[in-house]
Amino acid sequence: MAWHKKILRVNLSKGTCESEPLNLKWAGKYIGQRGLGTKYLSEEIDPKVDPLSPENKLIIATGPLTGTAAATGGRWSVICKGPLTGAIAASNSGGYFGAELKFAGWDMIIIEGRSDKPVYLFVQDDKAQLLPADDLWGQDVWETEEALLARHQDPQIKVAAIGKAGEIGCMYACVVNDKHRAAGRSGVGAVMGSKNLKAIAVRGTQGVPVANPAEFMAATTEAKKVLAEDAVTGQGLPAMGTQVIMNVMNELGGLPAHNHRDVQFDGASKIGAEAMILPRPDGSTNLVKNQACFGCTIACGRISKISPEHFTVKNSGKEWGASGGLEYESAWAFGADTGVDDLDALTYVNFLCNMHGMDTISFGATVAAAMELFEIGAITTKETGGIELKFGSAEALVEMALLVGRGEGFGLDIGLGSKRLCEKYSKPEVAMVVKGQEFPAYDPRAMQGMALGYATSNRGACHLRGYTVSAEVFGVPVKMEPSATEGKAEITMAFQNATSVVDSAGICSFATFAWTLEDVQKQLNADLEGDWSLERLLETGERIWNLERQFNLSAGLTKADDTLPARLLKDAAKTGPAKGKVAELGKMLPEYYELRGWTPDGVPTNATLDRLAL
Amino acid sequence: MQRSLQIDPEKCTACMQCELACSYQATESFNPSQSRIKVFMFHETARFVPYTCTQCAEAWCMKACPVDAIQVNAETGAKEVIDSLCVGCKVCTIACPFGTINYSQSTGKVVKCDLCGGDPECVKACPTDAITYVDADWTGLDKMRAWAAKTDSQSGAQA
Repeated sequence: MAWHKKILRVNLSKGTCESEPLNLKWAGKYIGQRGLGTKYLSEEIDPKVDPLSPENKLIIATGPLTGTAAATGGRWSVICKGPLTGAIAASNSGGYFGAELKFAGWDMIIIEGRSDKPVYLFVQDDKAQLLPADDLWGQDVWETEEALLARHQDPQIKVAAIGKAGEIGCMYACVVNDKHRAAGRSGVGAVMGSKNLKAIAVRGTQGVPVANPAEFMAATTEAKKVLAEDAVTGQGLPAMGTQVIMNVMNELGGLPAHNHRDVQFDGASKIGAEAMILPRPDGSTNLVKNQACFGCTIACGRISKISPEHFTVKNSGKEWGASGGLEYESAWAFGADTGVDDLDALTYVNFLCNMHGMDTISFGATVAAAMELFEIGAITTKETGGIELKFGSAEALVEMALLVGRGEGFGLDIGLGSKRLCEKYSKPEVAMVVKGQEFPAYDPRAMQGMALGYATSNRGACHLRGYTVSAEVFGVPVKMEPSATEGKAEITMAFQNATSVVDSAGICSFATFAWTLEDVQKQLNADLEGDWSLERLLETGERIWNLERQFNLSAGLTKADDTLPARLLKDAAKTGPAKGKVAELGKMLPEYYELRGWTPDGVPTNATLDRLAL
Repeated sequence: MQRSLQIDPEKCTACMQCELACSYQATESFNPSQSRIKVFMFHETARFVPYTCTQCAEAWCMKACPVDAIQVNAETGAKEVIDSLCVGCKVCTIACPFGTINYSQSTGKVVKCDLCGGDPECVKACPTDAITYVDADWTGLDKMRAWAAKTDSQSGAQA
């Protein structure tokens, strides 16, 4: 149960859609979603393939809790080899699309090959077909969704699509579903675009059964209570969203600014949660409402509306309704990292990223890198097409989002991502990346655990692979001194393993602000057949992490890729509580390898692989 | 005392827990397509609206039914579909002005909200109290209280 035990295999080269049984033996070892998708990918492709070639595969995977009444049970993932990183990519999204796919009777879609012409995949319960998308090619994500709902005369269809960014191979193109939720990172949208697949439209009426209904209802009801009674998931996130962190991080001196040259941003209070609820002169506010993803009783999502008087709306020449507003990471990337403190401009850029299918973090961070290149004279208005690409310029930021979204002018350079952009202009040291992927909004000089987490994350710089911020800043599950390196290897590994479980189960990592792994275990155990003990889950998390590591090593990554840019290792934080500190990766990495059961070169030993049955 | 479902769209976050609970109660599976309550999302105006049968006193569906398959539950006031009598003619779905009674292809009968026999699952599942189950004579009480709270104690309410 929890599964329909069915995979949809779509071969775009042949134009076929076929059903095949889900490998339940693998599901027993890798749970679902991120873990199980990675297992399939590892078995089916050579990790050395060019990520944008037909030999790469794109896996759309649900978890066993996706589509059930488990709180936050609306998650799904896109798994492939990532073009931005050359590493394993597993990008997680919410919204309603994942649950709908499960309702249609499919646990996973494996998409292979490349279509000669643009197509979209239309799934109506058991029936799956590839249909021409010539007329949709070039349309943005929002237009595509509206066109598909109208074409099939069914307003209940859920759509995941790419925008022009994905079509033309923007290296951080994402897959957007339900208009403003995204499988955001590592360029999974570019892989979809390389296959000439514009969209997946799904409608399902079959529902999701669970193994032990009574036990499941009791476990999920209890777990919902835990979320409701927790200060973060019950009050902070629904009221303020993830943006609640902005001021906290700034005060801690952990808010990277101006392409990580600073760790605090003067304009932080103008772009955070408090600013979103500050009344404008006409009494309206940026934040209109909060919205949940499917099944989520937290509802941290922001729905925002830009003032009609704002320059972005006026210059656009059309009216803008409400849509998905700023999350913390996006507000940071568009704002603190570029030095822009105009909240509505950031919101507009957020809308553009969702419309055109660009990862908000990598886009904003790449603009920040370009601003530094402009400041040091590595690029000039000759390259930017006359745009004064200066830190703090909201106009320049907006113009860049429009250019990347349309694939025009200097937007093509910005679409390369920081690493390739800075290499192109002979300043590789300006790129703030790990394994080619841009950092999110936590400066590791102020939180040493994040230094290790970033360096060892299997998909490049990422806060969602092991969020030690939780312990170092919020004291969950234990309070740890942010500046200390002691104990960080152990907590990083524990967080990475636990998150691998959560990301494979169909639920949201935000629930773990309140849920322990035991809360997750009770729900999974009732959902699935067999005995899913806490020990089994912990071991499974470790297995998934090592499987991803194996994929990356086979792809050609080495210990040398487990590092941070020199700026974070050598240039001390200039202000704030972490003033004078650098990221002390070298103090933690050898211990981490040892705890993981890896060689000093970061390779899992045979004993470790045997222990984990890999 | 009979009670009514009271829906406050302002509080709805579109989490769909009501649809999950409703479908589970009816089918023992999580299947929003089988839910009797539907949440409608209006993206550009940021409104999420749960919608279901309001149990009309003089119910169009009940009056239109040619085989008396829709009957009043005396205790709850719910208009309930008697599956053994329903012939699936769909006339009730035409008669209902609100669209809240619908035909089910899987059973060949119509389905509508039956208030779960007086203990509605959607109400219990809603995390934000957007759906409550209140005294049928006092569905306006919360709104009255909210306005009363805004009333200036100096000038008093103006009728």
